[in-house]
Amino acid sequence: MRNLPLAFLATLFSALLTGAARAQEAATPMGIDQKINQIFADYTGWYVGFIFAPIPGTDFSWIAMWLVIGALVFTFYFGFIQFRGFAHSIALVKGDYSNPDDAGEVSHFQALATALSGTVGLGNIAGVAVAVGIGGPGATFWMIVAGLFGMATKFTECTLGVKYRNEYPDGTVSGGPMYYIVKGFEERGLPAGKVMAVIFCIFTILGALGGGNMFQANQAHAQIAGVFGDFPGWITGVILAAITFAVIAGGLKSIARVTEKIVPFMGIFYVVVSILILLLNFDQIGWAFGQIFAGAFTGLGVAGGFTGALIQGFRRAAFSNEAGIGSAAIAHSAVRTKEPVTEGYVALLEPFIDTVVICTMTALVIVITGVLNQDPETGLYIWNAEAGRIATDGGVSGVELTSLAYAQEFSWFPILLMVAVVLFAFSTMISWSYYGLKAWTYLFGEGAAKELVFKTIFCIFIVIGAAASLGPVIDFSDAMLFSMAIVNIIALYLLMPIVKGELSRYIGKLRSGEIQKFKG
Amino acid sequence: MPGTKIVVGLDGSEASSRVLDVVRQQAKAMESCEVIAVYVIEWSPFSFQTPEENAERHKRREQDIKLARERVVEPALAALQAGGLSVSGRVEHGDAADILDRIAVKEGAAQIIIGRVGARGLTERIFGGVSGRLVAQSSVPVTIVP
Repeated sequence: MRNLPLAFLATLFSALLTGAARAQEAATPMGIDQKINQIFADYTGWYVGFIFAPIPGTDFSWIAMWLVIGALVFTFYFGFIQFRGFAHSIALVKGDYSNPDDAGEVSHFQALATALSGTVGLGNIAGVAVAVGIGGPGATFWMIVAGLFGMATKFTECTLGVKYRNEYPDGTVSGGPMYYIVKGFEERGLPAGKVMAVIFCIFTILGALGGGNMFQANQAHAQIAGVFGDFPGWITGVILAAITFAVIAGGLKSIARVTEKIVPFMGIFYVVVSILILLLNFDQIGWAFGQIFAGAFTGLGVAGGFTGALIQGFRRAAFSNEAGIGSAAIAHSAVRTKEPVTEGYVALLEPFIDTVVICTMTALVIVITGVLNQDPETGLYIWNAEAGRIATDGGVSGVELTSLAYAQEFSWFPILLMVAVVLFAFSTMISWSYYGLKAWTYLFGEGAAKELVFKTIFCIFIVIGAAASLGPVIDFSDAMLFSMAIVNIIALYLLMPIVKGELSRYIGKLRSGEIQKFKG
Repeated sequence: MPGTKIVVGLDGSEASSRVLDVVRQQAKAMESCEVIAVYVIEWSPFSFQTPEENAERHKRREQDIKLARERVVEPALAALQAGGLSVSGRVEHGDAADILDRIAVKEGAAQIIIGRVGARGLTERIFGGVSGRLVAQSSVPVTIVP
């Protein structure tokens, strides 16, 4: 077991080298980026194609549908727990049920905040702009609907995460899908738990290196370069990697702590600025909601109409809040509670905050500031067929569209947005370095040296991500991220009766008065 | 008759030894006295942490409690016991002013004695130090030792 991480590394590099040799044989001079891209496209393209394959006759990927169906199943199975239990979730986060004797342990609030700093990020800023830019304002409606259903998925996975975590003699904990898959399957007498856990961990490691790392580094660099002018990406990469390494390997917790403190305030500030813009355009809020509702069912002239809005909204919600991916179960499992289901209650707030609140704010501001071009006579949106999206002022999309919308009211906003994107990217990287590490230690065992191997690889990938434009590599890693959801949601279906048992037991205790509020 | 209880806030600083002197003096004046020495590790359940810090939190908490016990509480208890007092000690996490008050109420203590901890930085200047907040919210008489 001891040399497994090294063996893994060796295999990875030899695969890369063999691929590189083959690419060399193609004889055309290529940059190193292109070579790596070529290798990945050649070897992994089929898998990426499979994961993001559209359902026949639509352009809706089956993987997004997989997440949405999962969310629907959990919503019905748990009797709309996200609505029934919402008030109780808030009470738990406020600490109303926290025993003062447990002060100093991880609180529900802390587990939630930590998980949120891993999910709130580019998806809320850039992803929403893409969704609204293609699907029209109606996409917002479906995004909210999908976000609301996703709350039940988080409830399920995070309850299991806490119930089946490992608690070690030294007091540290490790949790996540790999633990509940093995232990839960054993408990229910189901086969193949160990195999599924290993597959999940491999997906997690690869997803952490890409979507949780290279993509973030890449976008952070793009934002900085967008404000200060272009400069080589490796500079951003090396700086980010050095800071990240100092935090995750060097024990420089103060930087992480500062980020972890600033990120929530950035998030709050973002929401406050959004509300301010909405208030400044108070007279148009009714109109904007009208656009969102009308667009949700008619498309308002946007190509794809109703289905276009639905697809974009669902996809954005599924990709933004990570419900069903399994990452949140890792983050939430550190909380100290006697009742695992309490963390499920708390976790269901995550898609609500991420998608229903923050994503919706972005969408509303984009709609209300009028950066999407409308035909003044018909009121329909003008379709830019060439770009495949609604025509916008200056033809921008993604993060630039969000930036432009907010700049309509506050000209200083793009600078702030840059800082926010970089910080969000950084905190997402810190979170994913942890998720990846947990998967790594699950496969190879705990130990400082083994952990350092992963942390080093992680930081190397930051430099690569920022320096190179590695479309196929990032696509592959995104495919890995969503592959986590295939394994995880299958496991959730099989284990959801256990969660139901936990839930009824807990509700019984609440009703009988065995569990009581400590305050409030 | 059970003795009068006094809650003593320790902070491990220079002031603590002056606090202990005052406790001894006051106790001497009483017929029977029980001293509860409390060390509070400042902690908020609403702070932000990294996933790794969360995973290690329980371990760190145990270590912090052990350290505080060994370095602050036990020496203080030994000093008080040497003066023939009946003493007990505890280490808690949270807001010092809140916790001292809560323990005083729960134990039915007659008073709280703490050292005056000088303003340490901007937050303390704005929001007041532990002693200031304790005086403002305490349910029992408070003695502040300069």
